[in-house]
Amino acid sequence: MAADERFARDFREARGEEPEGTRNEIVTGPVSDWAADFSHTEPEWAADPYPIQDDLRQRCPIAHTERFGGGWLPTRYADVAAIAYDTERFSSRSIIMSNFRPPRDVAPIGGSPPISSDPPFHRDARKLLLPAFTKTAVARQEPATRALCHSLIDAFDGQVVVDAARDYAQHIPMRVIADMLGFPPADGPQFRQFVENTLEGINLPPDERIARMSALFDYLLAQIHDHIDNPREDLTTFLINAELYGRKLEPSHVAGTMALLLIAGIDTTWSAIGASLWHLARVPADRERLVADPALLPAALEEFLRAYAPVTMARLVKQDMQWHGADMKADDWILLSFPAANRDPAQFDRAAEVVIDRQVNRHAAFGLGIHRCVGSHLARMELRVALDVWLSRIPAFTLADPSAVTWSTGQIRGPRALPLRLG
Amino acid sequence: MKIQIDSEVCQGHGRCYDLAPSLFGDDDEGYGQVLRTGLVPPGEEQSARLAVANCPERAIELIEET
Ligand code: HEM
Ligand code: HEM
Ligand code: SF4
Repeated sequence: MAADERFARDFREARGEEPEGTRNEIVTGPVSDWAADFSHTEPEWAADPYPIQDDLRQRCPIAHTERFGGGWLPTRYADVAAIAYDTERFSSRSIIMSNFRPPRDVAPIGGSPPISSDPPFHRDARKLLLPAFTKTAVARQEPATRALCHSLIDAFDGQVVVDAARDYAQHIPMRVIADMLGFPPADGPQFRQFVENTLEGINLPPDERIARMSALFDYLLAQIHDHIDNPREDLTTFLINAELYGRKLEPSHVAGTMALLLIAGIDTTWSAIGASLWHLARVPADRERLVADPALLPAALEEFLRAYAPVTMARLVKQDMQWHGADMKADDWILLSFPAANRDPAQFDRAAEVVIDRQVNRHAAFGLGIHRCVGSHLARMELRVALDVWLSRIPAFTLADPSAVTWSTGQIRGPRALPLRLG
Repeated sequence: MKIQIDSEVCQGHGRCYDLAPSLFGDDDEGYGQVLRTGLVPPGEEQSARLAVANCPERAIELIEET
């Protein structure tokens, strides 16, 4: 097969050494007032953001910060929904609230379609991915996922205390997405590094961020070359061959979407599985009920997604405007907190409680509107299988040391150390 | 009772075909579809209401016939 010319040169050369865009001064340190100086990167937020969000929803439902070059934090369901739906006034050109804003001309495509894309391009980039992620399509991954969960528990090998985040939750989405993209399973630990670098290092100096980002794209490019030489039935080969508007995809689109699937697929699901196990370790009544009645699992899983929604997104304001009383400026960030929306008492009865048999649960953990998580059916399958296998093998467990539990910082929230005592 | 999905509003969350698989299915991109004519057989009104109440996009319309 002839070499694919698109990937003969490193596509990043066209972008120049330093990406264009604007950087602002990096501000860290304790928050003085959450209504006027919020930051999702401080330890207080990572440890427990819900009281902060509940307080803001009552006294200042669209909070502001000067950090990250300026941004807003809506905490009501209605405002979060309105912004998610309003792609005319809020752009997805960057969806990670950091100290760097990509140049305006990256819209409507952005660095990692479709999550970074705006209409009209968004729809077409998304359409490419949808068939591979339907409920029926992801069901094919279920037997392997179940076998993996069993083998992870086999490997606990009689230990009394295990780290359920590191030794269980983490491995499940890592292996599933590696299989779907056609990457060697043994590369798992490397992906973990990429994911952490992207999502958790947002306050590092630009040089370091660029170096870290480059390592990810070096890896992806090597995988692309390997797939061009040895095409196979997986998402990488699919993206290399996919066409949009009668042409093969731009190299940066192929690599950007691969990066998105790798990054969006792992941290998020790892967090959802971990937070669910954390809840069950602390609330024996819920755990016992689920063990006794596994048919409750689908409803319980939606409730865990509502109460511990792992994903917060960002938007950039397109033009200066007054929006629901806020004096927004072009290029201000919106920290789009689906977790805060999911705990709004105006939308949910007993919003602050975890009700595992909640019947009406119109939560927004997978987003609202055109960017609805493409991986939601896959994530739900992984979460269901992970909890089902765990509860059938390990019906009794508690937190081994509550003070040893740590949570990720940034826009994806979940336990990163979760020592559990089994039995 | 009849159900109908507004395909302009549906984003394929799949809550309807998870909760009421006898009334809803998905197309090959994961968007929700009403099975058959959308007429809700007697005894299934409850699951139709459950699907309506759980659609995050409020894309399902329930037409009560008098
Ligand atoms: C529990 C796990 C997960 C949660 C809570 C979650 C959450 C989200 C949310 C809230 C969005 C909306 C982004 C926005 O509005 O800007 C999103 C988008 C997306 N997610 Fe997920 N996600 C999860 C797992 C996954 C998995 C497993 C994959 C795929 C392997 C995935 C792939 C995507 C993609 C491709 C998008 C972009 C969709 C678009 O822009 O059209 N996610 N996710
Ligand atoms: C073709 C695809 C991509 C390329 C070439 C690329 C390249 C880069 C480069 C060079 C930077 C450094 C900018 C700076 O901080 O000065 C950067 C930053 C960043 N990228 Fe990417 N990236 C791509 C896709 C992605 C994807 C898929 C994600 C996550 C879903 C992502 C998330 C980020 C984040 C969070 C930053 C940090 C901004 C900051 O410095 O605070 N990028 N990217
Ligand atoms: S629950 Fe609503 S958005 Fe989801 S597939 Fe059904 S109709 Fe569409």
